[in-house]
Amino acid sequence: MQEPSLYTIKAVFILDNDGRRLLAKYYDDTIPSMKEQMFFEKNFNKTSRDESEIAFFGGMTIVYKNSIDLFLYVVGSSYENELMLMSVLTCLFESLNHMLRKNVEKCWLLENMDGAFLVLDEIVDGGVILESDPQQVIRKVNFRADDGGLTEQSVAQ
Amino acid sequence: MLKKFDKKDEESGGGSNPFQHLEKSAVLQEARVFNETPINPRKCAHILTKILYLINQGEHLGTTEATEAFFAMTKLFQSNDPTLRRMCYLTIKEMSCIAEDVIIVTSSLTKDMTGKEDNYRGPAVRALCQITDSTMLQAIERYMKQAIVDKVPSVSSSALVSSLHLLKCSFDVVKRWVNEAQEAASNDNIMVQYHALGLLYHVRKNDRLAVNKMISKVTRHGLKSPFAYCMMIRVASKQLEEEDGSRDSPLFDFIESCLRNKHEMVVYEAASAIVNLPGCSAKELAPAVSGHWAFFQPASHVYVAMKHPSAVTACNLDLENLVTDSNRSIATLAITTLLKTGSESSIDRLMKQISSFMSEISDEFQGTCYPQDTHGPQGKDALCQKYPRKHAVLMNFLFTMLREEGGFEYKRAIVDCIISIIEENSESKETGLSHLCEFIEDCEFTVLATRILHLLGQEGPKTTNPSKYIRFIYNRVVLEHEEVRAGAVSALAKFGAQNEEMLPSILVLLKRCVMDDDNEVRDRATFYLNVLEQKQKALNAGYILNGLTVSIPGLERALQQYTLEPSEKPFDLKSVPLATAPMAEQRTESTPITAVKQPEKVAATRQEIFQEQLAAVPEFRGLGPLFKSSPEPVALTESETEYVIRCTKHTFTNHMVFQFDCTNTLNDQTLENVTVQMEPTEAYEVLCYVPARSLPYNQPGTCYTLVALPKEDPTAVACTFSCMMKFTVKDCDPTTGETDDEGYEDEYVLEDLEVTVADHIQKVMKLNFEAAWDEVGDEFEKEETFTLSTIKTLEEAVGNIVKFLGMHPCERSDKSLLPYIPVLLSSLLGVFRGGHDILVRSRLLLLDTVTMQVTARSLEELPVDIILASVG
Repeated sequence: MQEPSLYTIKAVFILDNDGRRLLAKYYDDTIPSMKEQMFFEKNFNKTSRDESEIAFFGGMTIVYKNSIDLFLYVVGSSYENELMLMSVLTCLFESLNHMLRKNVEKCWLLENMDGAFLVLDEIVDGGVILESDPQQVIRKVNFRADDGGLTEQSVAQ
Repeated sequence: MLKKFDKKDEESGGGSNPFQHLEKSAVLQEARVFNETPINPRKCAHILTKILYLINQGEHLGTTEATEAFFAMTKLFQSNDPTLRRMCYLTIKEMSCIAEDVIIVTSSLTKDMTGKEDNYRGPAVRALCQITDSTMLQAIERYMKQAIVDKVPSVSSSALVSSLHLLKCSFDVVKRWVNEAQEAASNDNIMVQYHALGLLYHVRKNDRLAVNKMISKVTRHGLKSPFAYCMMIRVASKQLEEEDGSRDSPLFDFIESCLRNKHEMVVYEAASAIVNLPGCSAKELAPAVSGHWAFFQPASHVYVAMKHPSAVTACNLDLENLVTDSNRSIATLAITTLLKTGSESSIDRLMKQISSFMSEISDEFQGTCYPQDTHGPQGKDALCQKYPRKHAVLMNFLFTMLREEGGFEYKRAIVDCIISIIEENSESKETGLSHLCEFIEDCEFTVLATRILHLLGQEGPKTTNPSKYIRFIYNRVVLEHEEVRAGAVSALAKFGAQNEEMLPSILVLLKRCVMDDDNEVRDRATFYLNVLEQKQKALNAGYILNGLTVSIPGLERALQQYTLEPSEKPFDLKSVPLATAPMAEQRTESTPITAVKQPEKVAATRQEIFQEQLAAVPEFRGLGPLFKSSPEPVALTESETEYVIRCTKHTFTNHMVFQFDCTNTLNDQTLENVTVQMEPTEAYEVLCYVPARSLPYNQPGTCYTLVALPKEDPTAVACTFSCMMKFTVKDCDPTTGETDDEGYEDEYVLEDLEVTVADHIQKVMKLNFEAAWDEVGDEFEKEETFTLSTIKTLEEAVGNIVKFLGMHPCERSDKSLLPYIPVLLSSLLGVFRGGHDILVRSRLLLLDTVTMQVTARSLEELPVDIILASVG
């Protein structure tokens, strides 16, 4: 039985098609060193090709989602409520989806890396779920949604 | 249209990663732009992003460079660009543990946190709390209290979560904010409510009453946030567990009421909480399980099923569908669960399904799925015990798996499984062995091959037709490389030692091995050949069937000592400490090549450490080698008393040393000249006390008492000592540690210390009890019969004897293989102090009470007498 706690999330990370890390935050000491983290992420390189959305691995529950050439992962302990982890994953995806104007793919994510950092910061703080409503996250991060997005577009053109 | 254009643009740009070739030094160089006026927000934000990206990729920033960049960044607070400001907060958080003097931004952050811009305030609170330590926290306490009750949800949430983080280092300060947190708990915003409840629980979790109050309040008023519900369900189930929950408790009602919540998350949490409650009945489970099935989140089900097999038997059909789920994790879990819950009839069918599934896995996911693969065999392991009759099917199944392609881990799991089936189930022994024989015909893993050879040597000779294994084993000698050859030679020798008909042919085979290329193989063959040619049972038993029982590092040290001090006497093996670690682990490593590697890794064992410590005390010279140290120190005081004393018993050939580890928990006293006076009840004689010179506050010290074992009546080994600690107290100043010169004598009564037979016997393990029994002979054999009236099961009885005598049960003879037969024959083995093997064989019969016949053998009379006297 797990000690009741607000510390729900062990890690959130986004990998690309080749399993390279684009964004990763680890919130507790389950996987402390960078080397172990990278090794941990390697495990998902192959398994996540299918349609599924959940994996159990080394005493952890991992929910994930694929979007074009990106893989989004949320990791919690194996005692964790899967639906809670799922709500974080969904919130992360929806927020990015809105910010990247429905293009949740690698090149746009990299273009808007600052936004991605801020989004994640608003969703999880030190392992505690801070917000699970994508609308709220968008509102908090991108208070100038239009013009932030537009500058991006104009540069692209 | 726009999107299409974008795609094109991306292709022409090569889809390149703008961060791909970032150089740390170049980026830090760029950070100088921060100092320019006017500030270019876009450019600066981009540079901050690059720095964060680098940190994220695992780039290491040195303290100096980080501090430099951090200070440059502080200039950016002059700009009012929102994105830039937010990136600054993030950078502060990331760098708070790398850079120095991060507190210089405190005032800027405090300004933002109390400022007008709501969007700055939340993140500013979080950044501020990240850089604050407990000393500075006082300064911002007022602002934090205000922030917690702020009407803007994001500010309040941020403050609550940050308080939670701060709880770890400044519990006392944060504790003062509960009133504010309480107010926030009734906030309408779901996240604020969740965070406030979480914080309140963390502050109050040691106060059962307060927690119960919280729950009952929640039950009455209800909550808005599903997250908060989940949290409270967990809290409630923890309370229930600690209470040893009666089901009438309002806590249980609360959890049950959550099953009807409109949020799936809450229903699921409540259901798993109920399922996880210890000892809940099927009736209570029913609504929970059906709740689960209602929304069919496959993964979660299987998970619950894993924990509670009996409750989900009804749902096996659903589970069987899940076996074909495309997600490997789920499918594997489903299978494991089914194996646990399924009935005997469905196993054949399941096995078929699994075989196809397994082959699929090993083809597609070889590299990544091992943990899951091994999961399978483990499940089956349990299964074999459940359905002994199905072992043939299982064995076939496992063997098919063994033949398929697979890595070492995978194969090892299967071999482990087969071996455990063989051990558990004597009927399946022959099939299992022949399967394994075939497997080693074509096995690329040395460790597995040698292990199987060892098993063959051990089990093969006892089967009805041992000669059929010889071919397999000798093939190894011809075909394999040296490690396997050596293992095979040992196995051959074991056949020869136990089976006289085969001896001549074994001798021929061994003679061929004498010419081997490899040293080890040659040595072994020559050695075994000579021993076998003597045709003496005792020799066979001592040198082939049962290996050395001494600890290998100990032997190495003793031999080195011996070569350093040449003497006339031959080397005495009895002076070497015995291997204390049960050789169960070494059993898995069957060749000496691997077996030697293992003990080397283990540094000096506990006993060897003791031996060295004791040898350093001049009074204990001449006691001879240390025979045994008691495994766990015995506490002679309660754990919360002024002095904590724990005793370890060391047994020598004719003496015992009691080692007292003392800790003084009074910070205003220093103890000096500490001894433990002992009064024996039997003929033991106290020879001397070795005092602990000084025992300052909280620094453990050691004193010893040496006693001689009774000479007149050597059988009276069990004895009770009454103990009294004597010492000189000197008062001292708790803060400076200065002691007064004057002291006074004092005494402290300790609990009695027991010396039992087990302290005089060291457990050893020999692989072949039968041979050792014959080797000792019946010269000093004694037999007696006892009735054990208080014990109700055979295993309990054997367990008690094993514990009492401190001997080792051989060949798993402490477990009854056939539970329905009320007779148990168990063989125990130990070495008595002085180095004589002692063997005990007990026959137990369970009628209404347990009747036990004990037969003991040894090479001397004394140990036998002691054993029988003590059992009675």
